[in-house]
Amino acid sequence: MPSALPLGLPAPEDGILPTDAAVGADARDFGLYVHIPFCAVRCGYCDFNTYTATELGGGASQDAYAGSVLTELGLGAVALERSGVPRRPMSTVFFGGGTPTLLPAEDLAAILRAATATWGLEPGAEVTTEANPDSVTPESLRILRDAGFTRVSFGMQSAVPHVLAVLDRTHAPERVPQAVQWARDAGLKVSLDLIYGTPGESIDDWRASLTTALSYGPDHISAYALIIEEGTRLASQIRRGQVPPIDDDDHADKYALADELLTAGGLHWYEVSNWARTPDDACRHNLAYWRGSDWWGAGPGAHSHVGGTRWWNVKHPRAYSTALDTGKSPAAGREILTTADRYVEDVMLRVRLREGLPTGKLAPAGRTAVAGLIADGLVEPAAAFAGRVVLTFRGRLLADAVVRRLLPD
Amino acid sequence: MSPMARTAPVPAATDPAIIRNFCIIAHIDHGKSTLADRMLQLTGAVEQRDMKAQYLDRMDIERERGITIKSQAVRLPWEVDGTSYALNMIDTPGHVDFTYEVSRSLAACEGAILLVDAAQGIEAQTLANLYLAMENNLTIIPVLNKIDLPAAQPEKYAAELASLIGGEPEDVLMVSGKTGVGVEALMDKIVRDLPAPTGDPDAPARAMIFDSVYDTYRGVVTYVRVVDGKLSPRERIQMMSTRASHELLEIGVSSPEPKPSKGLGVGEVGYLITGVKDVRQSKVGDTVTNLHKPAAESLGGYEDPKPMVFSGLYPLDGTDYPVLRDALAKFTLNDAALVYEPETSAALGFGFRVGFLGLLHLEITRERLEREYNLDLISTAPNVEYDVTLEDKRVLKVTNPSEYPMGKIAEVREPMVSATILAPSEFVGAIMELCQQRRGVLGGMDYLSEDRVEIRYRLPLAEIVFDFFDLLKSKTRGYGSLDWKADGDQVSDLVKVDILLQGEQVDAFSAITHRDKAYAYGVMMTGKLRELIPRQQFEVPIQAAIGARIIARESIRAIRKDVLAKCYGGDITRKRKLLEKQKEGKKRMKMVGRVEVPQEAFIAALSSDESKDKAKK
Repeated sequence: MPSALPLGLPAPEDGILPTDAAVGADARDFGLYVHIPFCAVRCGYCDFNTYTATELGGGASQDAYAGSVLTELGLGAVALERSGVPRRPMSTVFFGGGTPTLLPAEDLAAILRAATATWGLEPGAEVTTEANPDSVTPESLRILRDAGFTRVSFGMQSAVPHVLAVLDRTHAPERVPQAVQWARDAGLKVSLDLIYGTPGESIDDWRASLTTALSYGPDHISAYALIIEEGTRLASQIRRGQVPPIDDDDHADKYALADELLTAGGLHWYEVSNWARTPDDACRHNLAYWRGSDWWGAGPGAHSHVGGTRWWNVKHPRAYSTALDTGKSPAAGREILTTADRYVEDVMLRVRLREGLPTGKLAPAGRTAVAGLIADGLVEPAAAFAGRVVLTFRGRLLADAVVRRLLPD
Repeated sequence: MSPMARTAPVPAATDPAIIRNFCIIAHIDHGKSTLADRMLQLTGAVEQRDMKAQYLDRMDIERERGITIKSQAVRLPWEVDGTSYALNMIDTPGHVDFTYEVSRSLAACEGAILLVDAAQGIEAQTLANLYLAMENNLTIIPVLNKIDLPAAQPEKYAAELASLIGGEPEDVLMVSGKTGVGVEALMDKIVRDLPAPTGDPDAPARAMIFDSVYDTYRGVVTYVRVVDGKLSPRERIQMMSTRASHELLEIGVSSPEPKPSKGLGVGEVGYLITGVKDVRQSKVGDTVTNLHKPAAESLGGYEDPKPMVFSGLYPLDGTDYPVLRDALAKFTLNDAALVYEPETSAALGFGFRVGFLGLLHLEITRERLEREYNLDLISTAPNVEYDVTLEDKRVLKVTNPSEYPMGKIAEVREPMVSATILAPSEFVGAIMELCQQRRGVLGGMDYLSEDRVEIRYRLPLAEIVFDFFDLLKSKTRGYGSLDWKADGDQVSDLVKVDILLQGEQVDAFSAITHRDKAYAYGVMMTGKLRELIPRQQFEVPIQAAIGARIIARESIRAIRKDVLAKCYGGDITRKRKLLEKQKEGKKRMKMVGRVEVPQEAFIAALSSDESKDKAKK
């Protein structure tokens, strides 16, 4: 989650939603995202809303954090109920960060228990936590499994020490297979996050990271091109010429290699940057974002979406805990999506998926554009005739351009 | 010491024998204003206490705002040996593009002060104006100014001036406009050395217009020098070139505030006001006569101002088009040389093709438009006027490459200039190389002094309108100076180079060049565009072509990646807003076929800024 919050409308202190938010809620999945804004060190490329232990204190400390989240969940349940949104059991839960596993496993378990007590948890629900390879132990993973977690996503990023060094990642590469094995032993599904296109990373470095990651037999791999965000240390190093700039062609080459090796390794793309061993191994929580489902996002800076209303919490953990201590919603702002906004988002998000965007969802101008996209080799012709806009390999690399052409006016 | 005149001669009743008409020929910072200041002060034309308010500087600001009667001609009283004289100091425009206006100012005088900075020596434009004055048989008084400066080299430059006008170095006056040293001696010398004007007081009136200025409150103020007869208030006058007649509402002299008089007689210099609102009705060089008792012949020498350099002016923001249109209309009230007509470019939208006397005129006009009307303008690469003769003998005037005919062409003629360059002799090689590259033909070379040369070249105007002066300055470490004047035309082997994006011609980038330079232009422009146009989803060939023949080629590789890697719950709003912003950005794109070209690329590709920057470095 990028740290800069959008500009929006003021959010009401009681968290009450507009009446429209409840319409059709029964037919939509409901999920929970919990943001854990703590990291052991601040990485040079990261602009996420996260803080090292020494940066925070008082009510915003790691010790008191779980308590604040529990308060938000309690307020949230009341706000949804008073807004007329029916209570739905959670289909998915996702703990992200930051580094969630910097909190004691018991804290994560307590938050999950409290959320379950509030909303209920669907049978077979997916419960994921992100983790740093060196912030887990066999014990902590077992505690999570016993509390109901089903999946862990490790921030592996690269198998190559000099690349990890540019990213400021502190874990030892050999720690990853160990952590993966512990997670498997605990009965958790495993996903690995990789980053490509780091300054100084050769194509062979990237090949090494991919083959190493595949050799650990994960169920799922996310591979992201490094984005240089304004305000990060890496951005200023590039500006000062200390680190070479990002090259889009290099990114394209590395994306091609990733798709080739991951496919050969038995993983299949289901979203532009995500590959899974079987359809069941896809991250259901993330799919819910792309399909426009409802979710509650708890924690500082977290975004929520319920029935066309999106809101986001105040960014700083101290402001967050202060709002909750006084019984107010920690929301900093919100937006009420118009029909046009929802259409744009639907096209923008669904087109990234292997399942594609149903052509029936497109406005006439968008449908007209499909023929040109097929002609340019960006959209699969067979899928289009079957009623879905599905990106070709080249189309995935140019997905944003495809979206602009599907939304011509 | 000469006292200031006790009684100033009265206008309309002044004997020509006590009139002296002169101008000051000087380069821009050689101290003309300061010297004029001292003269105003010495003659009492301006009171001492007003002088402290920096009289001429105040005039300059007013002149910029275009609301004042300029100090075009100032009448100064001066007494020598007990006789009061009337001295008329006539201003000359200071820059290279206004040769014709200078020639008319000179024609109004019997003498000229050649004012040269004692630390810098003579500059090319000053030299050109000096030659013009000598051709007009003016008496020249050579003066070195700023002799108080530590860097002054009076002996060296006195020798230079003496050799130029054919006198002795001792005859060169030494003055300091700043301290006033030598200014009285100069005033005395003007009275003693310059001939008095001659003319027939009983002949029909003839007066030459040497300047006309639009004033918001009074309309056009016309400055004249009376040659024969007399002009009086309320009479009807006639402009001899147009036969238009007007009533003389007011006539008078500037001293330097306008003072109405009972008229102007032989040899006198002053102003007329007739109520006309457009300087085109009162043309520099025209002869004024009496409607009912007209002169048989004009004074001659009248020429219509001829635009030499043409450029398209386009508002960056299309909604500013009406502002630009109104601004140009206002400018022409005070600038008879400015011509314009509406023009449309597929790439740049609506604008105007504007004709100028020269590049400096273009730059000044553009700058004033931007400053006074708060406009952002794109000016296309300057062009000259070509005469294109088709095989069927039809002749077209082409000032814009997009008007260049497609079919068979029998002959193309381009305007030529004769250029004079003055520089320290160590730079001769560099200057000759530059002029040779610009298709120049050496006309001659003279040493002004041991280490300063005057080099004369005949060059195509098109070769000097873009960046020639900047390059000359950089090649001579700032010491070179340039003057040019029109010098007929010549048949040249010219071609039109088109620029094609993905096979589509882009009008704004076409250029008319000499065949030998077409390739260099093609390589330069295709290379520039490759850098300026963002990558598209497909490869974009950029070609330069003469007709159907491709002479240069570049290509913009297809973009391979255009996708945000991450798009999760907290990214959606930001991503949607980014998409909206991209759509807004797309509206500012010009479509050339399927290629999206940002407005900025047009500006950067067309601007001459780059060459200026290079010269500055």
